[in-house]
Amino acid sequence: MPTELSRREFSWVLGGPQGGGINASAEIYAKALSHGGLHVFANIEFHSNIMGKHSYYRVTAAPVPVHSHIDEIHMLVALDQESLFGDAPERKHYPSHTGHVHQVARGGGVIYDADLKIDPGRFGRDDINLYPIPFFEVLEEALKEVGKGGQSRKYIVMRNTVALGASIGISGYDEELLFDAIRNEFKGRKAEAAEMNVAAVRAAAAYARSQFKTKPERRLLPVPVESRKDRMLIKGFQAVGIAKLKAGLGMQTYYPISPATDESVYLEQKGPQYQCTVVQCEDEIASINMAIGAAHMGVRAATSTAGPGFALMSEGFGFAAITEAPGPVVFLWQRGGPSTGLPTRTEQADLQFALHPAHGDFPHIVVAPGDIDESFTDSFESFNWADRYQMPVVVLLEKFLASSMFSNDGIDMSKLKIDRGLIHQPVDADGDGYRRHAITADGISPRTIPGMPGGIFSTTSDEHDPEGHITEGIENRIAMMRKRMAKLETAAREIPASSKFTLHGPRQADMTLVAWGATKGAIVDAMSELENDGRSVNFLQIRLMRPFPADAVAAILRNARLTVLIENNYSAQLGALISEQTGIALDHHVLKYDGRPFSRNEIVEGVRSALSEQKKEVMVSHA
Amino acid sequence: MPEAAAAAPKKFALQEYKTEVHVDWCPGCGDFGILSSIQQALFQLQIPPYKVAMISGIGCSGKTPHYIDTYGLHTLHGRALPVATGAKLANNQLTVVAVGGDGDGYGIGAGYFVNSGRRNVDMTYIVFNNGVYGLTKGQASPTLAKGSKTKSMPEASIQEGVNPIALALGAGYTWIGRGYALDVKNLVSLVVQAISHKGTSFLDVFQTCPVYNDLRTKEWYAGEDIGRTRIRKLDADAKWDPIVKDPASIDEIVEKKGLALRASYETGDSLATGVFYSIQLPTYDEQLAMKVPALKDHPLVDLPLYQRDVDPLFAELA
Repeated sequence: MPTELSRREFSWVLGGPQGGGINASAEIYAKALSHGGLHVFANIEFHSNIMGKHSYYRVTAAPVPVHSHIDEIHMLVALDQESLFGDAPERKHYPSHTGHVHQVARGGGVIYDADLKIDPGRFGRDDINLYPIPFFEVLEEALKEVGKGGQSRKYIVMRNTVALGASIGISGYDEELLFDAIRNEFKGRKAEAAEMNVAAVRAAAAYARSQFKTKPERRLLPVPVESRKDRMLIKGFQAVGIAKLKAGLGMQTYYPISPATDESVYLEQKGPQYQCTVVQCEDEIASINMAIGAAHMGVRAATSTAGPGFALMSEGFGFAAITEAPGPVVFLWQRGGPSTGLPTRTEQADLQFALHPAHGDFPHIVVAPGDIDESFTDSFESFNWADRYQMPVVVLLEKFLASSMFSNDGIDMSKLKIDRGLIHQPVDADGDGYRRHAITADGISPRTIPGMPGGIFSTTSDEHDPEGHITEGIENRIAMMRKRMAKLETAAREIPASSKFTLHGPRQADMTLVAWGATKGAIVDAMSELENDGRSVNFLQIRLMRPFPADAVAAILRNARLTVLIENNYSAQLGALISEQTGIALDHHVLKYDGRPFSRNEIVEGVRSALSEQKKEVMVSHA
Repeated sequence: MPEAAAAAPKKFALQEYKTEVHVDWCPGCGDFGILSSIQQALFQLQIPPYKVAMISGIGCSGKTPHYIDTYGLHTLHGRALPVATGAKLANNQLTVVAVGGDGDGYGIGAGYFVNSGRRNVDMTYIVFNNGVYGLTKGQASPTLAKGSKTKSMPEASIQEGVNPIALALGAGYTWIGRGYALDVKNLVSLVVQAISHKGTSFLDVFQTCPVYNDLRTKEWYAGEDIGRTRIRKLDADAKWDPIVKDPASIDEIVEKKGLALRASYETGDSLATGVFYSIQLPTYDEQLAMKVPALKDHPLVDLPLYQRDVDPLFAELA
């Protein structure tokens, strides 16, 4: 059932074959909207494939902050038939998707290639506007203008730009902003391409305006907003990459894996000017061990991976913990699992894995930021924690955050300070009496930096004595276990509550939503709509997963009247953690595990149906 | 000798490279010879103990760093090389020596053995090669020849043994040598050369396991049955020249690698030891310093972390 046009935002989708350049076009479009003063959220969905399969970029723009997508589409731009109707005809069994026409809101529009010669009846909708545009012809017209007539075949990828131009022409928007965005994208040697693209936009917009008198009921930019050329459009991998450079990262190791690779590639580009090295390793085992080697030498080290890679890092993770390495910080970008799973899709199913990444009992920290600002802060602080508590840290993130673009007016870095923890200052070159793993009350033994006279230490993945030598002694084992685990209590005491959890909304409410990670965006966006049902709503977002803020969370949950857990996984992993840590079982679970992120509507409908049908568990999946 | 040693105000005593930790290898173990050779080589080179990082894997050989009074990381089975790589890239002023057994290096660590060869970080890798897994009671290791049956094995091995020197030649190691654990004098010289080489040097060491390997015993290496030693020293042949003079010459590389390969396949009553191959190529650390200019003057660990201005990166996203 198609929904009504939302009154708040404008939802635009560009669909086409993977490798057809839709990313670049959609991002230029998003940037133009952002510079126009709108808040923008943009999310890409694509198959694990290099060229040809269906991908689409969804841009949601609003005059108020927006952090999630909505189900309905106001303007669909389709570069191929599959984007309209799906791939059922080509597939024997389950179709991958059913296209996007059914998602177009009443009164919304569909721009598509007139050359596809689609019978309007095939759309099965008389409540939407169809805008067939002869992409090729318009492109030919534009190329003629810039002296490249007759070369449309060569520049066929510019159909994307024609689509953008048509979009602007129909929905109404300041063309100049789009031109700026294009020129900004094609700079220097590519300047000629910029002018070709500008011409294509101009021609397409003019064509659309001249041909189509019926316009959607709702146009872009319904309210005047102030132009914001300084507003960032930032993706999660960029926020994390910049945070790492700010934190003094010296070495990033990695093995290519979706969706983590973008972050390492970004660091490879930007790192050198910040004295940061990036090493592409032969596998994830080498990646974590190389990072551990660097961390023990006193360099801030990190590695970035996804679930399958983290599985290989288990062994090294325990090694870092028992040798009390000051790191590494492991950035775990979650995708659909298990095994190779859904390589290019999102999921929140590695929480329990991140909490138990290796055999034995050992301390480590797990933090799960929920948005751009938090991923910046948490990434930065993780390096301080690794140094202070001399243990590996996991920053748990999602593909959704990695590849989605969010409007951001600047990240507050004023409170961020580098803290390298306790470093032993030797009194003499012989270093007599220095013990790398000295037993202390808070569990922290001062470390030294190899190369330093008087700081010589040995350490081992075997159980060891305070000097780092192998022993299987009983008393030593007990003392060492207690010492290492005490660091976790120290961390729990010292890490501020603001890094542990946030209660959004009123302290007391009729309904408390509970979630973690980047589902935060959709939940925050959905809260006001849920309040329309006549209930006050608050949202407990948990960020620090280990050491878990059990007392504070228990206090909030005991005080809650009705609790609804929302997670992007099958087994309600945070729910299990909360039960384990507090003994509290949450009333309802709203879960999604189709590999896609929550839309705002899914949150609203999931919560509503859990309550109205009195169901313990509700699964949502709005294809 | 490196410059640092010449300029060192203090002369380090051999004793300063030794710890007081009880050595728990079996009596008669070949590891003692290798340990002593490393200590003597570091002493000869006069590298300050605090400027050395010894990195080991798991197994009997893994305990080596505990017995040498330098910075030491005793890591995981098969993972010494990646840890050593991280250590060297973090601080290129350290002398990094990785040690491990043949199971550790050519079995579980085979991937790292190959990739470290092609990476050419300036460090040394010494493999204690005795053909068996000692700490797990004598199973066949990757270097045990096909058809061999040690006393600890229920059946003879039906897998071929790997040729580490040939593997190293293929992987791209820039210095390749082999020694014998019970010929300490010669081994010290090889360790000195390996550490002095700029690039990844790989030294395979024939080592005896008196408990589990009853085939390759010290008597066997000494050739008591044939009346002469089975250890052949490559440099005993005055014409032996393993050093590539022109690293740009494929012909010379192929020729020298060919000779080394031939020598590596000598078996039976003559086992080649010495320097098999040596070439001077840009190291990974040098190439990294070209990418990250600040590394030319300072090791990574000494670069400042503080006050990095990331505003330009944000500005790019506006």
